[in-house]
Amino acid sequence: MSDLNTSMVEKYRNNFLKEVEAHVEEGEWVKMCMQCGVCSGSCPLGPHWEHPPQELFMMIRAGKREEVLSSESMWMCTSCYNCIVRCPRELPITHIMHGLAHYATRLGIEPKGQPTRQFAQLFWDNLAKNGRVNELWLGVNLYFMNGLVEGIKVAMGMAGIGLGMLKAGRLSLKELVGGHTVKDKKGFKAMIKKAQELEAARVDK
Amino acid sequence: MSDEMKIGAYICKGCGIADRLDVGQLEMTATRDGKAAICKQHDFLCSEEGVKLIQDDIDNEGVNRVVIAACSRRAKTEAFQFENVALVRTNLREGVIWVRPDTDEARETTQEMGDDYVRMGCAEAKYAHPPKPSGEQGLTRAILIAGGGVSGMTAALEASKAGYKSTIVEKSGSLGGATAQLFKKIPTKAPYADPEDTGVDEMIAAVEADPNITVFLNATLTKTAGAPGRFEADITTESGSTETQMFGSIVQASGFKPFDASVLTEFSYGKSKDVVTQLELEALAKEANGGPIKRPSDGKEVSSVMFIQCAGQRSKKEGHLEHCSGYCCSASIKQAMYFKDQNPDIDTVVLYTDLRTPGAGGENFYRSGQKKGVIFTKGVASEVVHSQNPTVKFKDLILDEDTEVEVDLVVLATGMVPNAGSSTREELTADENEAKETGNEIRIDADSILNLDYRQGKDVPHMANGFADSHFICFPYETQRTGIYTAGPTRRPMDVQQAIDDATGAAMKAINEAENAALGRAAHPRSGDLSFPSFRKEGCTQCKRCTVECPFGAINEDEEGYPVYNESRCRRCGTCMGACPVRVISFENYSIDTVGQQLKAVDIPDEFDEKPRILVLACENDAYPALDMAAQNKMEYSAFTRIIPVRCLGSVSLSWITDSMNSGFDGVILMGCPSGDDYQCHFVKGSGTAQERMGKVGDTLESLSLEKERVQTYEISITDIQKVTQIINDMESTIEQIGMSPFKF
Repeated sequence: MSDLNTSMVEKYRNNFLKEVEAHVEEGEWVKMCMQCGVCSGSCPLGPHWEHPPQELFMMIRAGKREEVLSSESMWMCTSCYNCIVRCPRELPITHIMHGLAHYATRLGIEPKGQPTRQFAQLFWDNLAKNGRVNELWLGVNLYFMNGLVEGIKVAMGMAGIGLGMLKAGRLSLKELVGGHTVKDKKGFKAMIKKAQELEAARVDK
Repeated sequence: MSDEMKIGAYICKGCGIADRLDVGQLEMTATRDGKAAICKQHDFLCSEEGVKLIQDDIDNEGVNRVVIAACSRRAKTEAFQFENVALVRTNLREGVIWVRPDTDEARETTQEMGDDYVRMGCAEAKYAHPPKPSGEQGLTRAILIAGGGVSGMTAALEASKAGYKSTIVEKSGSLGGATAQLFKKIPTKAPYADPEDTGVDEMIAAVEADPNITVFLNATLTKTAGAPGRFEADITTESGSTETQMFGSIVQASGFKPFDASVLTEFSYGKSKDVVTQLELEALAKEANGGPIKRPSDGKEVSSVMFIQCAGQRSKKEGHLEHCSGYCCSASIKQAMYFKDQNPDIDTVVLYTDLRTPGAGGENFYRSGQKKGVIFTKGVASEVVHSQNPTVKFKDLILDEDTEVEVDLVVLATGMVPNAGSSTREELTADENEAKETGNEIRIDADSILNLDYRQGKDVPHMANGFADSHFICFPYETQRTGIYTAGPTRRPMDVQQAIDDATGAAMKAINEAENAALGRAAHPRSGDLSFPSFRKEGCTQCKRCTVECPFGAINEDEEGYPVYNESRCRRCGTCMGACPVRVISFENYSIDTVGQQLKAVDIPDEFDEKPRILVLACENDAYPALDMAAQNKMEYSAFTRIIPVRCLGSVSLSWITDSMNSGFDGVILMGCPSGDDYQCHFVKGSGTAQERMGKVGDTLESLSLEKERVQTYEISITDIQKVTQIINDMESTIEQIGMSPFKF
């Protein structure tokens, strides 16, 4: 358990809802859910969620801290925004899902092997480096996400598509070294740093 | 006879009637067959000129039976109002031309229809008398109000604003009723966010300051006799003194009794002091008066509270209430706010299965509760375990798991039990019969509230779940006792604001009835009707069927068992007339003859003409309007149909059925309002009674060797426009199948 997580448990004890309200992006909306279930019914990936949004909200109110934060459910969200559009109480459900996922990550209790989580991390690391997504490296990292042998297998399987993309000019081998960046890389880094500071102020307050 | 009959028939040529019908022939029919002394045509009868034509004949020619052959009796009622005459409307527009195609082939049968309706109108006029008030009326501009809660006080204040005196009789020692026990009330004004002051003290002050209102505290009604316009009430105070006063009408605002939570042993009510009802929490909140609420057992400031909704309600368990009391969800939100507004850190959980917050601001109030941090958990409580702190065991219906929470205080949202007085004679008989069958003990009857001096019982009849009402959607406040109106939770469960609205409505109804009764006019739904039932004593067999079947308790009995009519209590439905086996009961303008002679006036073609005749007896409240609307939509039905409106299916005499069969009708259709639990009968029990009677018609038909299909009874709602025409056309094809009646001469 990370230090941050321990201190949060201490701070809020049984009142997980208050913790969510204080630290999770758009978390103050959770209490307004009226349990109609329209979000769960509208989610295209609904059947694959262990706990649909409506249920997550109820779990938060019931104080099920560990179950919620270590859940894979909110990682299933594909940001289609169907739930936001349909929620009669106008809850920003998509944002709350991402907020919960992010908060769990900050506390270090997110489901580590969850593929969406892994991809999201790879994507972020890739993007944060130069301010541009390096597709070649993103692909390579993704292939070898589950080890060398698995990576080679996947790479072999995708070889045809890769060569085709090279030929069509959709992929450049030059990207392997350095890759393209934003014009003002220093400025970009400063911007990200500031944003992270602001966010940390909210999460850690 | 001072009332020498002179029929004037007036045929309108407007609205296309003259284009489709041979008006000259209609006029001939009226004078030759209908024996109308005067018959006139007019291009536009409902115009000022047309009405003047009729009025002139009444004034100068001595016409006292007016037959208007024009549109439906439901149209142009304002234009065709004549005093001191019997008015008959014959429906040539909606009844004939609008339901028939404008073709050459149809012309003959359409004309036959028109001729028959003119004959029927004249026959009805021949046997109708101009209605006159009986002279038993009284005018008392004072209203008796039973109950001094918010409903009763509102009724008194509203009546006073309209210039009426009223007397409140309150059983307890103070005004205010249940509302006086509340700390705050559910909000009534936008933004519906916070509990409001009850305002009951201001209301009591206003009542006490009003010169039109007299208040009797610690008093009960020991006898209420008479009828609307002249109710005579004995008001007895605790000290034993009795005062008799006259009233025009009565508002019963006897409120509710809180549900006895001691049956809820599973929730440890009575065992644990920290399990309280909503009303008991109000007392705790009042005591705290905005400060921290302390729990009863040890005076600890409450830091966590759980509200269990539907405790002993919406349940079919023995001793529980079947109904939803409608106010408790909002009340729990309000009470959770008592805690949250004082200290937002107090945990307040509302455990509900279906959250219902009726009213304009209900949803806003729910949101406001959520914003303040009240937790709403969908679940069912199974048990409250009593120890130092009560523990609520429940099944969470969203998370689908059994769980439990320990809290400082548990509040049970128990419901309202109507305080509607004792049972009627009929209800007691039903109870006795049930007790005999099941071997259970007869339940102890409640104390009477009104102590009515009526043959049928001491209080107004109860409807679903013991509430005193007759039909809360179609005609609220009306009870089955004319001139007595119920308001507030005795009528249906409700909160303070709804009770205020309710009492205002009931007060207006009461004023209306006091005035109507004085003029001998009927109350809803035959508002303004001057006719009333009378009976031929020589013919009466004292069978008491009329006194038993009257839905409104209007008929008493004298020592010999003859019926005694109370005209002002009568709603003029005619159920007594339909009940009478010896046909001695009649109204001036509605009797066995006015209908019986109409059906005899129909021209019945002989068997080989292939023109059957179908008689429709349609209830004027729903079925007849449905037929009119079908006509307005130009929906066609069989040209062989002859429709006679009746006041209620309950007024249909079996003699009309046998008469119509004997005179050669091939089929009879009876159309009444839906009966049973979800009844729509405007006279409550009329159509149900008729259904029962008609159950035996099949045997009569068999004894005449007629097919059972020839008489059919239907329940028609006002919206059944498609259905009515379908029923008629189906009857025509049925007759085609089974053949014409053998009774044509």
